[in-house]
Amino acid sequence: MIFLNQIVQGVLLGGYYALIACSLSFLFGVMRIVNLAHGSLAVLAAFMLFVLADRAGLSPWLGLIFAVPAMALVGWLLQVAVLERSLRSGLLVPLLSTFGLAIVLDNLLFEQFGADTRSLSPYIGDLSFDSWSLTDDITVGRLDVLMLCVAVALLGGLNLFLARTRLGRAIRATAEDPEVVGLIGINAHRVYAVATAVAMALAAVAGAFLAMRTTFDPYSGGAQLIFAFETVVIGGFGSLWGTLAGGVVLGVAQNLGAFISPHLFLIAGHVVFLAALVARVWLSGRNLRWLRVRAA
Amino acid sequence: MTQITVQRWTPAAIAFALAIAVVLAVLAAGPLIFPAGFTERLTALFVYVILGAMWNALAGYSGLVSVGQQAFFGLGAFVAILLSNAGVPVYAALLLAALAVGVLSLPIGEVMLRLRGGEFAIGMWVLAELAHLLVNLDPLVNGETGTSLIALDAVPAAARRADTYWCALAAMTALLGIVFLLLRGRIGASLQAVRDDEQAAASVGVRVLATKRVVFVLAAAGCALAGALWLATAITFQPRAYFSVQWTAYMIFITLVGGIGTFEGPVLGAVIFFAVETLFGALGVWYLVGLGAAALLFALFAPRGLWGAAQRRYDLRLLPLGFHVVLPTTGRIIR
Repeated sequence: MIFLNQIVQGVLLGGYYALIACSLSFLFGVMRIVNLAHGSLAVLAAFMLFVLADRAGLSPWLGLIFAVPAMALVGWLLQVAVLERSLRSGLLVPLLSTFGLAIVLDNLLFEQFGADTRSLSPYIGDLSFDSWSLTDDITVGRLDVLMLCVAVALLGGLNLFLARTRLGRAIRATAEDPEVVGLIGINAHRVYAVATAVAMALAAVAGAFLAMRTTFDPYSGGAQLIFAFETVVIGGFGSLWGTLAGGVVLGVAQNLGAFISPHLFLIAGHVVFLAALVARVWLSGRNLRWLRVRAA
Repeated sequence: MTQITVQRWTPAAIAFALAIAVVLAVLAAGPLIFPAGFTERLTALFVYVILGAMWNALAGYSGLVSVGQQAFFGLGAFVAILLSNAGVPVYAALLLAALAVGVLSLPIGEVMLRLRGGEFAIGMWVLAELAHLLVNLDPLVNGETGTSLIALDAVPAAARRADTYWCALAAMTALLGIVFLLLRGRIGASLQAVRDDEQAAASVGVRVLATKRVVFVLAAAGCALAGALWLATAITFQPRAYFSVQWTAYMIFITLVGGIGTFEGPVLGAVIFFAVETLFGALGVWYLVGLGAAALLFALFAPRGLWGAAQRRYDLRLLPLGFHVVLPTTGRIIR
């Protein structure tokens, strides 16, 4: 029963991972770049909410009304100032520039806020500790359930947005071929800017939940990037529902690892991630060999 | 009919090779003529040059952006401690550790080299995190408590300083020499073809994976040697310090500012980094902000770095790496 509880908690943790990963997955799907500053930008949003709660007494939920548009603006600026330029010059530059940006952001946050760990949990009342008991052994935190629901809602919303709306279709077309869409009257630069703004708005939500469920400090970005990336890779790049599955697999693996020994929480997650990579390399190798046989 | 000659050893290259020989000779006498503090700092500079050159070989020549080279840096130091504790003479342990990590990187490369772009970048970072966590599990290291290179602690400080200096100088010279020979040979041409367009390179018969593998293993062993040498100067081993992503930030700064994809660039970058660290290191956070901002700005606005820009502007070719076509009538040199 304790074992089952670990799995349930792992699934719920997977909700959080899907939440931080969906922005990364979305941006990769549209622009084919991995944003190495993703974690640091989510932490930036977390600090925004913290300042609003701490200095202005604003609840994090109301704070999101300010933080989401603010981060969308940051996304727009990010696209115009950094990504736009780096997209033109090959694969290397977006990686290097976003890594440089992450270092700048982390250290500026450190300069401003110091090494203290912060959390938003004192500002959300009962939600931070309330839980529902399913059986004697299994209790689920209300915040954890909420996170899983938000993750499902955001991923579903993104899918609908991409499938049904005019802008979503424009984004998908641009992802296919940014040059050809110009012929049908789509401005690829504008689409990229909107997509980055959407991705950063999602990162703001991720940052909010990071700050509510646990503590964070200026250097938390790196770990969040790694979790998000592992989630996306396990679930398969470019698939939004895959991201949810990837988050659940990662969360369950970490919790089962911790069930065996507390040291194994992170290690189990990394090992499952590497196993997913090996499996994918092995499978693609088999596909290629199969193709070659057919061609011969 | 005009006769066209192809030149590799330009007069500038010959002069520069002589200059390098003189500089190396002076550096070799280092511990005998420099004050102790300066000798120690120069050892650090050599390690920076190694790190820059290795990262440049990965990113600049094969298009592999790794955010996880600290994995090999840390493992190099860790394996050196293990070997030294097992009774291997301490300086031999440093070299053997690098070779061992090089061997270890073979199976790692088999998986990692099949990933592209950002996937490779963060995949390597995850690997570094995993290596860090696994090293922490060793009872000898005991989590973040760490351990130290006890064998070297027994050696008198002056002798230790000089020996480590000479080891670092030899390692730097040897690794730069290996990179140079690689670039001059068939692999050098293959590498640059792979970096510019992997599919096109494969279509003209370049063995893409085999070429990348050579560089990956070299960079792993080189970073491991750098880590082992850093351990020899610092004596103490705390996993957090060695497996920090900061090392990758340094490597990126050195390579980008110096000139990615040029042989001389990382050497220049390492000297600049060394100077910046010496002058501004005490500023702490702002120093790190500056490093990140410089990497960001160079990546966006000066992707060739200082050396690449100078090379372009003044047609500098200090090392006989490329070929020059000389038209006899005008004496003009075409690259």
